[in-house]
Amino acid sequence: MYLRGDEIPAGGRLSLRIAVFGGVAVALFAILFFRLWNLQILSGDHYLAEAKNNRTREFRVPAPRGDILDRDGEVLVDNRTSLALLLNTQKLPDDPAARHRVLARLADAIGMPLRKLRRRIREEEETSAGAPVTLRKDVGYDLVYYLEERQREFPGVSVQRVFVRSYPERSLAAHLLGTVGEVTEEELKERRYRDLRPGDEVGKGGVEEAYDRHLRGEPGLIKIQVNALGQPTPGGQLVSVPPRPGKNLKLTIDAKVQEAGEAALAAHGTRGAFVTMNVHNGEIIAMGSAPSYDPTVFTKPLTQKQVDELYRDEVLAPLTNRATESFYPTGSVFKLVTAVAALETGALALGETMADGGEITVGGQTFQNAGGQAYGIVDLVRALQVSSDVFFYTLGLRMDGTEALQRWARKLGVGRPTGIDIAGEGEGLVPNKAWRDRLYREGATDRPWSVGDNIQLAIGQGDLQTTPLQMAMAYAIVGNGGTAVTPHLGLELQDAAGRVLREFKFRPRRKVAIDRAHAEAILEGLHDAAQAPGGTSYGVFSGFPIPVAGKTGTAERVGQADQAWYAVLAPYPNPRIVTVVTVEEGGFGAESAAPVALRILEAYFGRKAGRSLGDNGGSPG
Amino acid sequence: MMYATRTRNARPEPFAVKVSLTERLGIAHMDWALAFAVLALAGFSLLTLAQATRNDVPGSPNYFVERQAVYVLLGVIGMVLVSRVDYSRFRELRVGIYTLLCTAILLVFVFGFTARGSRRAIELPFFSFQPSELGKLLLVLALAGFVIDGARRGSERGRTVRYLCLGLAPAGLVFLQPDLGTSLVFGAATLGVMYFGGTPWTHFAVIGGTIAVLAAAILAIAPAAGVPVLKGYQEERLTSFLEPSKHESGAGYQQNQSKVAIGSGGLTGRGDKATQTRLDFVPERHTDFIFAVIGERYGFIGAAFVLSLYALLLWRALRILTLSKNSYGTLVAGGIAVALLFQVFVNVGMNLGIMPITGIPLPLLSYGGSSVLSTFLAVGVLQSINIQAQLSRRGRFAW
Repeated sequence: MYLRGDEIPAGGRLSLRIAVFGGVAVALFAILFFRLWNLQILSGDHYLAEAKNNRTREFRVPAPRGDILDRDGEVLVDNRTSLALLLNTQKLPDDPAARHRVLARLADAIGMPLRKLRRRIREEEETSAGAPVTLRKDVGYDLVYYLEERQREFPGVSVQRVFVRSYPERSLAAHLLGTVGEVTEEELKERRYRDLRPGDEVGKGGVEEAYDRHLRGEPGLIKIQVNALGQPTPGGQLVSVPPRPGKNLKLTIDAKVQEAGEAALAAHGTRGAFVTMNVHNGEIIAMGSAPSYDPTVFTKPLTQKQVDELYRDEVLAPLTNRATESFYPTGSVFKLVTAVAALETGALALGETMADGGEITVGGQTFQNAGGQAYGIVDLVRALQVSSDVFFYTLGLRMDGTEALQRWARKLGVGRPTGIDIAGEGEGLVPNKAWRDRLYREGATDRPWSVGDNIQLAIGQGDLQTTPLQMAMAYAIVGNGGTAVTPHLGLELQDAAGRVLREFKFRPRRKVAIDRAHAEAILEGLHDAAQAPGGTSYGVFSGFPIPVAGKTGTAERVGQADQAWYAVLAPYPNPRIVTVVTVEEGGFGAESAAPVALRILEAYFGRKAGRSLGDNGGSPG
Repeated sequence: MMYATRTRNARPEPFAVKVSLTERLGIAHMDWALAFAVLALAGFSLLTLAQATRNDVPGSPNYFVERQAVYVLLGVIGMVLVSRVDYSRFRELRVGIYTLLCTAILLVFVFGFTARGSRRAIELPFFSFQPSELGKLLLVLALAGFVIDGARRGSERGRTVRYLCLGLAPAGLVFLQPDLGTSLVFGAATLGVMYFGGTPWTHFAVIGGTIAVLAAAILAIAPAAGVPVLKGYQEERLTSFLEPSKHESGAGYQQNQSKVAIGSGGLTGRGDKATQTRLDFVPERHTDFIFAVIGERYGFIGAAFVLSLYALLLWRALRILTLSKNSYGTLVAGGIAVALLFQVFVNVGMNLGIMPITGIPLPLLSYGGSSVLSTFLAVGVLQSINIQAQLSRRGRFAW
């Protein structure tokens, strides 16, 4: 009932209403107090932690990667600082039209098509949403000043100092070094990259990848206090852990030898590869592949032309390391394997002679010496010196059906991975009966295994597929008395001051029992081939002051000119290094491959050959 | 005449019979506890603003506190002046007051400037004035007059409808500004006046039911039918507190951050180490979310102290209500009390994450001239009711 006039009504009616209202007020205050108690006293710690988390942002400071040095400390790869343009997309205007205008202006300023800019932003948003997008690396100061003076026109654009790989020796050893690039989404799932975050850089290929763990370093961490907009607050730096630079990696490579090999190979203007390895411990002194490339191109986004050159050209394939990744037949270079197999299995007695009439006919098929030459009565040493095919055809014939040749090829490391410390190496193929017959059953070839296959294999022809490094392994095992070393590029880790932090140890992979007399006979034959008159590469090595043992090879390949090979152990008779050179479409081994090997040995031993090249030509390999 | 409520609260005469200075100033019979509560709250507001808004306006660290100090000073003067006026005169002026109220709110639509999408204030030479803030007090003064005036006219149902309409008209205008929070305060004040005016319980039951149905219709049915009554942000604010995690970045963000701020204060607060409110995580920290600042800086002790001051304020308002020499005073004090309780509960509840975000300032603590000034004037009216009650009991009248 409503009040009747302005007088205070008598009785308890108003009192009741006051009491009810008072009760409600008490209840509401009780709710507020209880809630306050609940938030601050009961859950205070929880909210305090949340508040602290709220106000800090972590920034990772990239660590410079370690330098890569050659065995004498010469710098092959180091870093230079450069400026990268970042775009914080959250600071772009929300309005689509205004956003478009800013992006168009930005695209124009940095010289990147707007479509590409948008695609880049979209891609980065997909992989790491919220993080600033790297627009361009390695931008010039002119552009940076231009953008900084017009910050209002370019919201969200910032500049970051980043480390970029620098290659003082340009393309030298490019295939061994590898490159550096942003870690991919797939890589992030791998165990070895578990500490990384999107946008971090890792080695791609070569020792950059193989020794990434050591080269990478640890990024620093800066925790700063930010406000709700994510902007740093004055004096708000909470934690600062400086980045720990990566360790320097010293390689087994000798830059001078490497340079000599690359220059000699490049002089041929064709495709090829070389490897020089210490036969006792597997240290790779030099290893190269032609054509090569300048890894500097990977420090900036590739142009379409560069992509075409680097990735699309399947013939030149400049990114392929032909020393470990390309498979070839080897020609006569393989005769070392055949000789070891025949001697060790008794298919050939030491000192045994046979008549080389220039050809041999087996099952109606005639196999000829190269050039149709006949060498008369030859023993193993002589056969190696002049590279008598008939002699080795005969060995192949003798060993057919026993798999002795295949077994010994494997023992010497042909057709199996060498275990080198950089990725990309393949297996290769030593053809045998089972393999060929299976192929035939599957209809992939027109005939089953025949004795001819073994005869061809005995001189490194036919279906043999091997790499220069595998051949180097075979020569090394014979040269060092039966140890299959592990070829490797990593020598030691150093800190910035050059103190050795760790030496890498590569234990031999296995022992191969080879009769000492057999090995000596083979080396003698190879020495005569290189440095005795009448030897296949006498014309090249006769003037070289260091005694060597080298074998030429000329591999016939379908659809292209012969491939030249040369494998040499030096010094003879107790070799320290092995060098294998191959030149695709290089013709006779002595013509193109052996001179490259000579240049490498000259560089390694620091001595020039006494006489000029080529006056004796090259006899067939 | 029987003053049933007064005898209960009778107490000995505290002051000398001679006309003292305080009596001549008209403040002799003030409710000092009430005065302490409002001055303490205003003081706490100045302290909080001084410490928490130092970096808000570049170059003038005391921007907010200086202005708030001026508003408080004006408010105290206004409170003292109003307390000297016999509030009963407002009853005679009810039509004028009501007209003034509606005109001022309408003027906002004509002259007002738009701030954050809402026309609420009129730009005056020295500050922008928000008529709807003062309107809360004007509505209580006028509506109480209408309730008393209509004493012998019309059926009870008719009176209920009439008062509702009188109260809801300005509330609706404010809602259209749009200012949802203040219009809700208008509604609460209207119901408060009617409650103490004796509106039958059954009518309240019907009103309560209607509000429930309307709320359901506005929040759920109308949007579903494609006729949105509330603006999107209003609706989101109203509903997000139910599931704050679902609105992590939108309206729920403010509430979450406010909760985190208050919770992180713990028992004794984080003082200058407070980060939530200092680093902009909590929005509107000097106005609607100042309670979160207090909670983080001064902890449970500070926040509970503030709540206690409001409890004291409300208790004194209720006490004055019972002391009033006439029903008009009762209704005015009741309306003011209800409006204050509503604002405090909704604002603090919103800071604590248990009430929706409605944009209601915390009386006397939130920065803002119109709000501070009108709250002080309302307290002045309460003081006037108290003074008049004291004087009438002594058989003397001020003027």
